[in-house]
Amino acid sequence: MDVTDREIKTKNAECKPAENKGSSVQIKVLFFARARDLTGLTELPLELSSGSTAQDCLNKLVARFPSLEEILGSMVLALNEEYTNESVIVQDKDELALIPPISGG
Amino acid sequence: MAEEERTQVEILEENNLIDMTKYITYVSAPQAGGIATFAGTTRDTFEGKSVVELRYEAYVPMAIRCMKSMCSSARSSWNLHSIAVAHRLGSVPVGETSVFIAVSSVHRADALDACKFLIDELKATVPIWKKEVYANGEVWKENSEFVERRLELGKDGICSGRKVEVKAGDRKTCCGSKVKVDEEAMADLSTTRN
Repeated sequence: MDVTDREIKTKNAECKPAENKGSSVQIKVLFFARARDLTGLTELPLELSSGSTAQDCLNKLVARFPSLEEILGSMVLALNEEYTNESVIVQDKDELALIPPISGG
Repeated sequence: MAEEERTQVEILEENNLIDMTKYITYVSAPQAGGIATFAGTTRDTFEGKSVVELRYEAYVPMAIRCMKSMCSSARSSWNLHSIAVAHRLGSVPVGETSVFIAVSSVHRADALDACKFLIDELKATVPIWKKEVYANGEVWKENSEFVERRLELGKDGICSGRKVEVKAGDRKTCCGSKVKVDEEAMADLSTTRN
């Protein structure tokens, strides 16, 4: 995972440079099932400007992984282990999970 | 409520079989007149295709949280003694049990109705995924229960202690008035919050 994480951070830098502290938040994005297949990752640290919404995160993720488009219309989001919606504002150290259609049972 | 509420939820890692007897024993009690159970097992075919195995994965901490939440919801709707819910992860070969629910109650109607509610709720809200592996390919499955509820999941605080929408049933039972889950109300939860 170390190699992947390092690569991710480098690539993220072009999306959103880490300006000064306080103007950005760092979250962790989790990918499960089909979302993991599409991105090839189980998790990804993501830096966003303060006040960013979950939708902003999604936009950033889709820009980086265009194949995620496939599940945008069928998935839901979870923030810190609770279902949420796209308009929620993410905070520093939040854990945002992409939840493709579930199929337990 | 003299008796302590007993609820057990478990996610079993790969290669751990579901010990149904263990959970039935857990929910057994002298004051419980009935135990209802549901066991979900791996079918050998899907739409004519031969299934080799199912592979499960979960967002474990959230799945545990959601399973506890649905048990609380069940308790708010029915008079239950004990609940046990277990789900397996990893590969589950054809014929083996992937999910097991056991519910005990003083009178059987509560346990039977709550057991059905719990498996439906699990399939709609608990973040667990299964990949069906065929002889010539594989596919991530999607529960219809989830698809129907998808748009309300983010609104209702599901997995954060949301109460179940129930409506007094008009059905006659031997034990007087009971509640039952109103399927239409369940599908229209977006307008209600706890």
